[in-house]
Amino acid sequence: MKFGVIIFPGSNCDHDALYALTHNLGQQATEIWHESEELGDADAIFVPGGFSYGDYLRCGAIARFSPVIRSLRRFADSGGLVIGVCNGFQILCEAGLLDGALIRNQDLRFVCRTVDLVPGTLDSAFTSACQPDRPLRIPVAHGEGCFFADEATLDRIEAEDRVAFRYSGNNPNGSSRNIAGVLSEGRNVLGMMPHPERACDGAVGSTDGIAVFRSMIAAAENGLRHAD
Amino acid sequence: MQTEVDERTAAEHGLTAEEYQRITDRIGRVPTLTELGILSVMWSEHCSYKSSRLHLKKLPTRGERILVGPGENAGIVDIGGGWAAAFKIESHNHPSYIEPFQGAATGVGGILRDIFTMGARPVAVLDALRFGPPDDPENGPVNRRIIRGVVEGIAHYGNCIGVPTIGGECSFDPCFSANPLVNVFALGVFRQDSIFLGSAKGLGNPVIYVGAKTGRDGIQGASMASAEFDEDSEAKRPNVQVGDPFLEKLLLEACLEAMRTGAILGIQDMGAAGLTCSTAEMGGRGGVGIEIELDRVPQRESGMTPYEIMLSESQERMLLVAERGREGEVLAVFRKWGLDAVEIGTVTADRLLRVKHGGSVVAELDTGFLSDDAPLYDRPHSEPRRTAPLDGPVLSEPSAAELLAGIEALLASPELNSKRWIWEQYDHQVRTNTTAGPGADAAVIRIKEANVSLAMSLDGNSRYCALDPRLGTQLIVAECCRNLATVGATPIAATNNLNFGNPEKPEIMAQLVESIEGMAEACRHFGTPITGGNVSLYNETLGEGIDPAPVLGIVGMLEHMAAPIGPCFTQAGDLVVLLGGLLPDCRGEELPRRFGSSQYAKTLLGQTWGLPPSLDLEHEASVHEATRSIVRQNLAHSAHDVGSGGLAVALAECCFGPEPIGATIEFDTDQPLLCAMFHECPSRVLLSLPRANIGEVVAIAASLHVPLVELGHTGGSTLAFRLNSTTRVEAPVAQLRRIWESSFEASLEAQ
Repeated sequence: MKFGVIIFPGSNCDHDALYALTHNLGQQATEIWHESEELGDADAIFVPGGFSYGDYLRCGAIARFSPVIRSLRRFADSGGLVIGVCNGFQILCEAGLLDGALIRNQDLRFVCRTVDLVPGTLDSAFTSACQPDRPLRIPVAHGEGCFFADEATLDRIEAEDRVAFRYSGNNPNGSSRNIAGVLSEGRNVLGMMPHPERACDGAVGSTDGIAVFRSMIAAAENGLRHAD
Repeated sequence: MQTEVDERTAAEHGLTAEEYQRITDRIGRVPTLTELGILSVMWSEHCSYKSSRLHLKKLPTRGERILVGPGENAGIVDIGGGWAAAFKIESHNHPSYIEPFQGAATGVGGILRDIFTMGARPVAVLDALRFGPPDDPENGPVNRRIIRGVVEGIAHYGNCIGVPTIGGECSFDPCFSANPLVNVFALGVFRQDSIFLGSAKGLGNPVIYVGAKTGRDGIQGASMASAEFDEDSEAKRPNVQVGDPFLEKLLLEACLEAMRTGAILGIQDMGAAGLTCSTAEMGGRGGVGIEIELDRVPQRESGMTPYEIMLSESQERMLLVAERGREGEVLAVFRKWGLDAVEIGTVTADRLLRVKHGGSVVAELDTGFLSDDAPLYDRPHSEPRRTAPLDGPVLSEPSAAELLAGIEALLASPELNSKRWIWEQYDHQVRTNTTAGPGADAAVIRIKEANVSLAMSLDGNSRYCALDPRLGTQLIVAECCRNLATVGATPIAATNNLNFGNPEKPEIMAQLVESIEGMAEACRHFGTPITGGNVSLYNETLGEGIDPAPVLGIVGMLEHMAAPIGPCFTQAGDLVVLLGGLLPDCRGEELPRRFGSSQYAKTLLGQTWGLPPSLDLEHEASVHEATRSIVRQNLAHSAHDVGSGGLAVALAECCFGPEPIGATIEFDTDQPLLCAMFHECPSRVLLSLPRANIGEVVAIAASLHVPLVELGHTGGSTLAFRLNSTTRVEAPVAQLRRIWESSFEASLEAQ
């Protein structure tokens, strides 16, 4: 499977994603510069964390105007798999590909720690390889990761089974209903604050992030089989 | 408009009458105001090391792994396989007092530029911080504001640029209330065949300015860092630079990409003294002249004078020399990243720094005169200042309740409590290399490219150095190397940050000299040459100097990329073993005097006295060797250095792993119990290991003549001490841990 990793000015988890996808998961991965008008032959897109455009104005608010977002939107509209992590999640919200917004952490401090996540659903291209009763240990590292939406939107997200992950136990940022990751209406776009790409290699901690990418790989393979 | 320059103007710039005389004699005329400004920063303590240079020469700087030693932007060591690491520590003390957030943030920015200007990608940051106590009855509110600001500033810059802050240390004393220390260490990795130096070469080659526009911020910052603080320091706030980590991230990526074109011949960041220092040093190192045209310098404000442009310390700027004819390739890269890149001058043959503005020459000075001929002082030094008495109170035998209270008070003290509140604000995982992060004795990152790991330890101890700067500094070097040994690493090189008071006072100068000489001896002994560093003097406010605060950063190597063992117990039923012996450093009458330097004396008895623990360098090195050997053969489950707080605190810390595990400790001693529990004699490492491995571990220790004491075993939910067959303390680990984990944040919220 071939992942495209979008690089904005200020992205800083791009190298980590490329390393995890190629070395730990044995997949192909290529860099896509934010000024690119197309996504090439990527089967799925990874929008990495960092501080695109310095997070000036609002996290992700400037990145959404990058040329690559137009093709990303087309890709998502046609059912392509898109995962946005941390700043990538913020960008996808700003671009309108996902509901809700990410605001300052409740205690107003940046937080970097490994947290427990439980999948909100196994019925998605990002969570199918997870186990319902086993929390995933995955690191967070953000200052503005408190997921926020109005009650009606939250109710709708939950009613449509679009909560991909919730924090279990310790909620590091005060997000609404402990939401750590959400799916788009089409279920092919995921935004999540925790960093699965940092949890793919036992030498630096947990390997629970692999489940997210394994789910994507399985979904893509199924998709290809269907296409055949 | 030209201000008349005379001795008085020179004095206002911090230049002495003799220094001014030296200038007029050498250039044969009265300098222009711009020239005076340039000279005042180049000859400031911060840039010229005029008080310390003579003594810094005593430090060992060569070794088989040293590729580049002191004098460049950072030292460089060989890490094998054609790869190299560049690292250095720098202080941003004065700015962090005036404006904590920006002062600390730009401290991170500055040291990162020192690393990537050499072509290395920064992969790790550590910081050594000194504050006034957060719970100080008088200065608490100010101290808390400074602590919050500094931590937030470091987090802001490091997190945004995407370099993990993987460790460091933090210490508190009232002497740092009005003079906090912020020392930032950074390390970067690159190929040995792509090292860039800050040297101009090739007559006629273009001199290119890249990065942020020049503004009026930070003017005369280097001079500010070379003077004491007084009541007017508040008015110096505009002197503090403002950082933009996003811009620096672009600059980092653009510089590394531009270097790959092969068209860059020399490059240097604009740090202290900005354009002045970078042009003078690049010209001086290359033995050439540099002519620049200030009208071409990108400027943030209109109407800036040549003086202001030359002395601005605006952040995120670099100066480079490219190959004539290929400058287009370099400029194109910076354009891609949306950065200003402008040719502002050329390399000349005459060794002069010539500065033009509005068509006329506003400064013309010999580059060698600016740097190499800076004043060099052999400042008088007497006996090191010391205010503590040699003998302290008579130590009585503690009751069981007093022993427990001692452990709890130490675990709650700002000095020893958990700094999770600080390090959770730092992204310590980005780049996915951190195999041992904050909370470990030494921080470790894997170097994916070179298939090795690098371990780093940052240490200081002004409590010891105030009592004996020579021995205190040796103990710091020993502790750094011991920390590296606990993760199995061999120390290879060091960097130092010398934070002291006013060197014009002989008893302060004596502290500096003693510290450097002690460092030199210890670094020779452990095979850790100093590859560079920083000197921060005049750390005084209203005539009150800080305790001597040298900080060492030592880098060690591991020949693998696996995660090392940590300091905490990992399972019940393991043996707890103390390598190095119970109280090896001193016996009998000397012990109470040495105990006066302990954290127990300071926290529980409210004073320090006497002398630091004694140190036998040979014995210390043997303990490191034994530790490394045991760790590398995977014989231990955990290894933890015994440091501040002594054995009792070290054992408590061992219990505070992700899964808390208790221990039962039992030993006999003929020494005072307080000393057995809390004395800080060096050369000791706590190990936990499976019973099956004890034979091999004993054999390793014996072969190196290192004493080994079996202290007890892990398990249960309490930490129990049975001394001389009597249970003296038995405390629930959960209770100790709660105290240790919650105290720091609680002290920040004190009213």
